[in-house]
Amino acid sequence: MPSKGGPEGFLVLEDGSVFEGKGFGSIRNVVGEVVFNTGMTGYEEVLTDPSYAGQIVVMTYPLIGNYGITAEDNESGRVQVAGFVVGEWCEFPSNFRNKKSIDQFLRDYEIPGLYQVDTRAVVLRLRRRGVMMGVIGYGASPDDLMQLVATSRRYDAVNYVQEVSTHLPYKWNGRLIPLNKQSPRGDRVRIVVGDLGTKFGILRSLHRRGCEVIVVPWHWTGDQILSLEPDALLLSNGPGDPGLLRSVIRTARSLLGKLPIFGICLGHQILGWALGGKTFKLKFGHRGSNHPVKDLRTGRVYITTQNHGYAVDEESLKGTGASVTHINLNDGTVEGLCHDELKILSVQYHPEASPGPWDNGYIFDEFLSLVGGIRGFWRKKEDEQ
Amino acid sequence: MSKSEGIKKVLLIGSGPIVIGQAAEFDYSGSQACRALKEEGIEVVLVNSNPATIMTDPNMADRVYIEPLTVEYLAKVIEQERPDGLIATLGGQTGLNLATQLAMEGVLDQYDVRLLGTSLDAIRKAEDRDSFRRLMAEIGEPIPRSRAVRSIEEAVAFAEEIGYPVIVRPAYTLGGTGGGLAFSADELTAVCQRGLALSFIGQVLVEECVLGWKEVEYEVMRDRDDNCITVCAMENLDPMGVHTGESIVVAPTQTLTDKEYQMLRSGAIKIIRALKIEGGCNIQFALDPRSSRYYVIEVNPRVSRSSALASKVTGYPIARVAAKIAVGLRLDEIPNAVTRKTLACFEPSIDYVVVKIPRWPFDKFPSADRTIGTQMKSTGEVMAIGRRFEEALLKAVRSLEIGVHHILHPDLFKLSDLELEELIRIPNDLRLFAIAEGFRRGMTVREISEMSRIDPWFVQGIRNIVVAERGLAAKNWSQVSRENLLEVKRLGFSDKAIGQFVGVSERGQSSPNVDGEEKARQIRKQLGISPVYKMVDTCAGEFEAETPYFYSTYESNGSDEVPPSQGKKVVVIGSGPIRIGQGIEFDYCSVHCVWALQELGYEAIMINCNPETVSTDFDIADRLYFEPLTLENVLEIVEKEKPVGVIVQFGGQTPVNLAEWLHKCGVKILGTDFQSIDIAEDRRRTHQLLSSLGIPYPPGDAVSSAGEALETARDIGYPVIVRPSYVLGGRAMDIVHSEEEMISYLEYVVRVSPDKPILVDRYVEGVEAEVDAIGDGDECLIPGIMEHIERTGVHSGDSIAVCPPQRISEEAKKKIVAYTSAICKALRVQGLINIQFVIVGDDVLVLEMNPRASRTVPYLSKLTGVPVVPVAVRAIMGKSLREQGYTPGLMPEPLMVGVKVPVFSMGKLLKAEIELGPEMKSTGEVMGIDPEFPKALYRGLVAAGYHLPRGGRLLVTVADRHKAEIVPIVQRLERLGFQVYATRGTAAVLEKAGVFCQVVNKIEEGPPDVLQLLSRKALDLVINTPSATRLSERDDLIIRRFAVEHGIPCITSLDTARGVATALETVEGEHRCEVRALQDIHALVSSADPMTET
Repeated sequence: MPSKGGPEGFLVLEDGSVFEGKGFGSIRNVVGEVVFNTGMTGYEEVLTDPSYAGQIVVMTYPLIGNYGITAEDNESGRVQVAGFVVGEWCEFPSNFRNKKSIDQFLRDYEIPGLYQVDTRAVVLRLRRRGVMMGVIGYGASPDDLMQLVATSRRYDAVNYVQEVSTHLPYKWNGRLIPLNKQSPRGDRVRIVVGDLGTKFGILRSLHRRGCEVIVVPWHWTGDQILSLEPDALLLSNGPGDPGLLRSVIRTARSLLGKLPIFGICLGHQILGWALGGKTFKLKFGHRGSNHPVKDLRTGRVYITTQNHGYAVDEESLKGTGASVTHINLNDGTVEGLCHDELKILSVQYHPEASPGPWDNGYIFDEFLSLVGGIRGFWRKKEDEQ
Repeated sequence: MSKSEGIKKVLLIGSGPIVIGQAAEFDYSGSQACRALKEEGIEVVLVNSNPATIMTDPNMADRVYIEPLTVEYLAKVIEQERPDGLIATLGGQTGLNLATQLAMEGVLDQYDVRLLGTSLDAIRKAEDRDSFRRLMAEIGEPIPRSRAVRSIEEAVAFAEEIGYPVIVRPAYTLGGTGGGLAFSADELTAVCQRGLALSFIGQVLVEECVLGWKEVEYEVMRDRDDNCITVCAMENLDPMGVHTGESIVVAPTQTLTDKEYQMLRSGAIKIIRALKIEGGCNIQFALDPRSSRYYVIEVNPRVSRSSALASKVTGYPIARVAAKIAVGLRLDEIPNAVTRKTLACFEPSIDYVVVKIPRWPFDKFPSADRTIGTQMKSTGEVMAIGRRFEEALLKAVRSLEIGVHHILHPDLFKLSDLELEELIRIPNDLRLFAIAEGFRRGMTVREISEMSRIDPWFVQGIRNIVVAERGLAAKNWSQVSRENLLEVKRLGFSDKAIGQFVGVSERGQSSPNVDGEEKARQIRKQLGISPVYKMVDTCAGEFEAETPYFYSTYESNGSDEVPPSQGKKVVVIGSGPIRIGQGIEFDYCSVHCVWALQELGYEAIMINCNPETVSTDFDIADRLYFEPLTLENVLEIVEKEKPVGVIVQFGGQTPVNLAEWLHKCGVKILGTDFQSIDIAEDRRRTHQLLSSLGIPYPPGDAVSSAGEALETARDIGYPVIVRPSYVLGGRAMDIVHSEEEMISYLEYVVRVSPDKPILVDRYVEGVEAEVDAIGDGDECLIPGIMEHIERTGVHSGDSIAVCPPQRISEEAKKKIVAYTSAICKALRVQGLINIQFVIVGDDVLVLEMNPRASRTVPYLSKLTGVPVVPVAVRAIMGKSLREQGYTPGLMPEPLMVGVKVPVFSMGKLLKAEIELGPEMKSTGEVMGIDPEFPKALYRGLVAAGYHLPRGGRLLVTVADRHKAEIVPIVQRLERLGFQVYATRGTAAVLEKAGVFCQVVNKIEEGPPDVLQLLSRKALDLVINTPSATRLSERDDLIIRRFAVEHGIPCITSLDTARGVATALETVEGEHRCEVRALQDIHALVSSADPMTET
């Protein structure tokens, strides 16, 4: 029989539901928040997206690993998901860029996987009950595994950003370069990226547009950031509950009006808080590459990549001076906001794609034209002085 | 809502008869569009010449015209109806070309009709190769080097420049008609000749060949505010070089990384924006498997076969959304009809794998070339859904109904390795099976992938199946564990295949497992393995969906999503893939069966596997199971749903063939009971019945050996009609004139159907007629008698039929009615039965009977206004005809004469014999309606594509036995102004009778011969009747093939020729064409349906 083998295993959710499967990747038990992603391509990008830290990701598309792992399409330096649940993983991937199988990739980073799972059944459960904690486990009874869930720390209570953010600042020009103190200020627009768990895709998108990109750790203060004399700040995507990141919110608030600030995903939620708004947790989040988002300023609809479990509460933005620029066409939640006076632009979805449709790069252009305009204005002021 | 101002009435053009390259998918898209427009309060006018469609039902559009699809008739409809707008992109290539012509000839301007949705300019940019190339260059999308040429010389010169092989694609044709691959100047000349002749604008494209690249297609939608989405991307298993309609297609894409997928998606969106398409569009790409290079190959600025497939793959109704966009709605103003909670402006995500396999007609044309390429040869397709590629692939193979239930083909066992490699290397209908066979003989994934250029991922999938076979073969039943069995069920093995493979190593290939299927099912049930049913919901489970669209799969402890229901349920088995002999008519019947059941308060459950059809639209039945039509799959559904019964009458022969097994498994067959079905299907029992009723029939017998066959034929006397029992569309049926022919036939037939008896019957020459009768278990209703123009011997499906009959005496009609009533009573027919007769003077003999709906049901319904299927369904469910308000017996003759004309696709099938005979060959049909027979016939012929110019040129070459009979026909045609050409023998006879004709050399007489005349297109009509034996190399066949391949109508029956003369004489000198809506015609019939009369 063409069986890939692997030990019997379970995915057990905290509501007691049990799903059978077989192990692949690294065989060890892991607890995490169980979420699902509806993208039919892009598992490599999903695996390496730091926003999935602490989460067990269930892919709705049943055949995963068909084109292998390219390494070029990694979104960070490692596999970030806590665990991976699929219908089937592919033993003999086929693509000219394939470097290794998904099984090998997971083993390289000691991440457990479970396959031959009725993933649709898991998805329907999560859709009805909302995301919840769960465990991938082998060689233990579902009851014992439930115990493990009960005694583990809950996703919502963990600051995963500190686990995935860079420890040292670096420059990005297609690769990581340690930041030189005397890094000369060139002609190019300098963007500082506050790394809450940034995807390489964001850095690539900025670099491709001619920006000088400097990535700094999540805990950097406003003064530290300003000391780099950036033209603008970008708060990146990242994992977890934004409400836990008080210091980041304070930093963002301290920079309001001092710099144009661009937020993506978690960065957008942080800006929501910094402006005086709030976030709330979605029942089962938005994760996939097919979410329609309407740009309220033009009436146009764009298909976007999304990966978030929290959203900015539209009501809470009232009186903050911020306005909603984008909404999700499916559930009407806030997908983008701006504050003209404070030069703030942020989106909940992923304009950098990776994975997903390339339709939304215009948001980067928009932000950079805002930055460019301002920079011109400042330069002019300096000249006048 | 921002609907276009002033659009209150819209004209839709259908796609006409089913031909290879244009099948039921346009009935599906057209019907969806009709409903979508009516929802918006728009009045719909529909024109289509094909009566076998749902879209031409009087309740689908407000005004339905069954008229020829020509500018002349359409202009007439426009003049009469004055629509505000026309949607050009929903009726296939036919509809698109007609809309273009209507615009070019000023008809649209004259009557102030706006072209809605995609503009003419966009259509032209996408369809005209040159302007398309320019546009792609402008927006920076790569295309293969190519040149549009108008002559063979130009083509050859360009090919020398870029190097062979090259691909030839004619502009404005469907299904790649006239296209092909050329490896040398000679081949290029041949392909170009055909292509130039067939192109609507005399242009072909010669293109750089990217043989072996991946072929990927995207279905894209755009609204007038420039919102764009991609509905689905599909990857062809067969790489570039095989027409996408001929490829095995897998969805979603399997071997593309996200970067590759998005690169092509972005290209697709750029293209649809540049073309400014408003609606749906299909874009095909070639992707280099070794780099990120790609080419845009083709753009179809309309809904297509692929879009129908994409709709069924995802649940996203492309035609419906395209129709709404055409009348001005934006994507984000259109609700997602599946979830009803989200909007049409999103990209579907699917959580299963879909495999489509084309259905080829090679079983009907043993002499045809079985290789596949850039020209379509398939008549239909099947689709299967699973959670694994292997599972979907095997389910699709079973859905094909080609006599195999697994990727195991007995024809391949005896091939040498070299022959097998040839089948793997050169694309053909058996390639999939050859690959599996290759693995059984020890070939590797790498070898097969290199030979076939099929991506190793797919090849590996096929290997996984073969490896699992070996696992089963090494075990006997007692060693098969639950896990073993679940594993192979997950890979899509049927119980039948499992039964066949288990223990083979021990038993040896030669002793097949008798009742293996039964045994496998038993053990499977004991081990507690049953399928679970999952929903197709457009969104991979992210949102709650209300569509009851399901497929089966196997998961360990998997969960089932079919909600329990309390209602009384009835299962309707559909008709599977479109093939010759079982076409769209049966989908028409199945859909009406569903609707009729719903009206009676039943929940109708549809099972079918054909993605092109209306019956598999998600909102037709109360529940749709997209499954193979096999005993196993039907039984599982019956077990799950516990219906009151199963209806097998409306899906053609497919469900009837299942009836016996379903009955044995204790499933209730609704309608005519199984015993009666068996009597009607079994010739011997039929003859016993007829004898006991005193009804005459041509003598004949069922025989089971060659010796018996010869003996019986001698007893009955030649000519005899021979065929295997239990077949469809007269497969392998033939008229045999001598013992010598009989011997050659027996060799041919034994190969086709080894363990079934052969039927040998006296051939009675006479007028053929048929009835579709509705029985209520006691009495019966005959909506009309249909007479065939061609004499007996021509398959009823290939005959021109006319109702009411023109040549049958009152006495004979009375006998037909009496015999039909007696048969219905004796068989207690509940529902439909089709009975065929041969009439000689006042004598009537019964030829055969089929206890099910026949292909004439939609034609008859539309002509007479009697809702044949609903009346039959009510009878099946227990309402007598009298209770329904009908008086049993023959209905009063319709006021209009309806003529059904068959349509053939012979041009597509190289080397196939086109001669009419007892084996059915037509792929579709059209109908002409008029108060007068000759005019109705004329209209039917025009609709069927006969272009018969006055003063045209006619070639006559007939067999000796037809020479006397042909003379008066040719004389009539000569009087109509035809210039007559004839071969020597025929010419001699004609000249003796005073016909002036030019003698043309036969092929063996050397040039200037017949072929030169044909290839110069110097002829308008060919009458050719073949002499005696079945030898494909004969002159006649070459002439006939040459004619069809050059698009010249070729008549092979004297009766058809006589009909053509009659039709032409009537319209001679008269140019009025009056068009009538079906609604008006039916209004003339006082009591069309007493049940629904209000």
